Amino acid sequence: MIGKISALVGVLAVSIVAGVGLGPVSVPFDLTLQLLHAAVTGGTVPADLAGQYHIVWDIRLPRVLLAAVVGAGLSTVGVAIQAMVRNALADPYVLGISSGASVGATAVATMGVLSGLGVYALSTGAFLTGLGATALVYITARTNRGLTPLRLVLTGTALAYGFSAVAMLLVFQAPHGEAARAAMFWLLGSLGGADWRSLPVATVVTVLGIVYLMTRARQLNALAMGDETATTLGVAVTRFRTHLFIVTAGITGVLVAVSGAVGFVGLMLPHLTRMVVGADHRRVLPLAPLAGASFLVWVDVAARMLAAPEELPLGVITAAIGVPCFIFLMRRRAYVFGGR
Amino acid sequence: MRAEIDQVTVRGIIEGITLHAENEVVGIVGPNGSGKSTTLRCVYRALKPDAGTVLIGGQSVHRRQDLARELSALTQESQVEFDFTVAEVVEMGRLPHRRDPARDRRVVAEALARVDVAHLAGRSFLSLSGGERQRVLIARAVAQEPEVLVLDEPTNHLDIRHQLDVLALARGLGVTVLTVLHDLNLAASYCDRLYVLDEGRVVAHGTPEEVLVPELVAKVFHVTAHVVRHPTTGVPQLLFDQEVTP
Repeated sequence: MIGKISALVGVLAVSIVAGVGLGPVSVPFDLTLQLLHAAVTGGTVPADLAGQYHIVWDIRLPRVLLAAVVGAGLSTVGVAIQAMVRNALADPYVLGISSGASVGATAVATMGVLSGLGVYALSTGAFLTGLGATALVYITARTNRGLTPLRLVLTGTALAYGFSAVAMLLVFQAPHGEAARAAMFWLLGSLGGADWRSLPVATVVTVLGIVYLMTRARQLNALAMGDETATTLGVAVTRFRTHLFIVTAGITGVLVAVSGAVGFVGLMLPHLTRMVVGADHRRVLPLAPLAGASFLVWVDVAARMLAAPEELPLGVITAAIGVPCFIFLMRRRAYVFGGR
Repeated sequence: MRAEIDQVTVRGIIEGITLHAENEVVGIVGPNGSGKSTTLRCVYRALKPDAGTVLIGGQSVHRRQDLARELSALTQESQVEFDFTVAEVVEMGRLPHRRDPARDRRVVAEALARVDVAHLAGRSFLSLSGGERQRVLIARAVAQEPEVLVLDEPTNHLDIRHQLDVLALARGLGVTVLTVLHDLNLAASYCDRLYVLDEGRVVAHGTPEEVLVPELVAKVFHVTAHVVRHPTTGVPQLLFDQEVTP
């Protein structure tokens, strides 16, 4: 287990350095390391490398780190949500966050709502309507017995159709296509807007959320066995599920605000991790964020390079890489989430 | 430890159920829909009764934070989707207790051996047969080291040998056992006392000898029964006529 964690930490570190170097203007791996070392230790950089230093430190590094944070967060939230609603198809967006956020994002892009906030208008709008949508799902799904898994999924799915309809209506009502295209691009996920300022909130929320979930690994195992079983094992199921709801919605909301709705990571990485180490959350929770982080770093590299100088939406690439990988692994291994 | 159910009512299902068990094996029998499982669900807190109280060791279950250290249960819940190994499932029984890796490992290994699933420890829970799964879940309840063990139809899916093994194990634990059983002859063989439920009420209770008489069996289960003595143990056993009494 320690070996697997160290290996993945190594993979992530290499991925980050490589990810910083790769792009339309590539910086060699060793030079990237040298520049990063100089930046971290306060060393000096020769004048002729100033351009590359600017690319590495100001443009690429925050973007790559944000990719790692978003990948880690979505992957972990996926693990928690699948256990929380005991459903193999659940992902971080099953509670209506992404469709809710799309209403805010399209409203900002097509109608100029919140334009006073400048570059932050899109993420603020998305964050607010995303959390609003989740609150609505929570209130609608809640019964006097708390949140039951199937009701949560059904409510989230049903309301998501409603939110998507509103977003689509806004796109079709938009006076010019460019705004609609911007909204659509954002919805499929992009880290193009990343800079150092977008990192702190996303990082702190994601790290705190992952730490919380890791301390609740055994309770998640119990919850995965069923509500009654979890109760007999001493888990206060109603309260625990409410806490999980708040933590996962909080992380997802913040990540959607900085990166759009990157699809597939939160659905697939939890399954990939379980295929390798089994279902026990004490092993899944330390590994899923590391795997998700490395994965999204490389996805973002592909987004920058494949159609350079144009950028591809992350969602297109996660699907293009993820679907075949996933089907291959699922067929190769006797993986039985969902029963034999 | 004493388990006491006092005037428990769940509207439309059970009405004023009162029973107790203390360091003995107490069986609950009755026809389908008579409220047996509902009664147990009130004990292990899956259900909050509309009226009445459930006391474990003299304290209401709904005021106990640490109840899981004293009470474990085999529930009827069965749709697990996560691919845990058998050892991981049984280890969940240690969740309520303070962590002690060496002791946890020993208790889990013992529980696996006692229900004859030690050879399955590394197997995927989802790959097991119904009877094997049932034994693994019983091992988990045992690994919880309860003072009160609640079993909802523990012999479900089990072959005859494992039915006898599991009930003998429950007796051998020396703790309070409250179990729902469908098989009246097993109930007679392994329970110190029985409660008979019908339409949500306790209609009879006492030793198997007192309770399992043809008149009561006819009234509650609508079958004609003859009582015979087990040739070696002398326990009353029932033989049934084929036709159903009205």
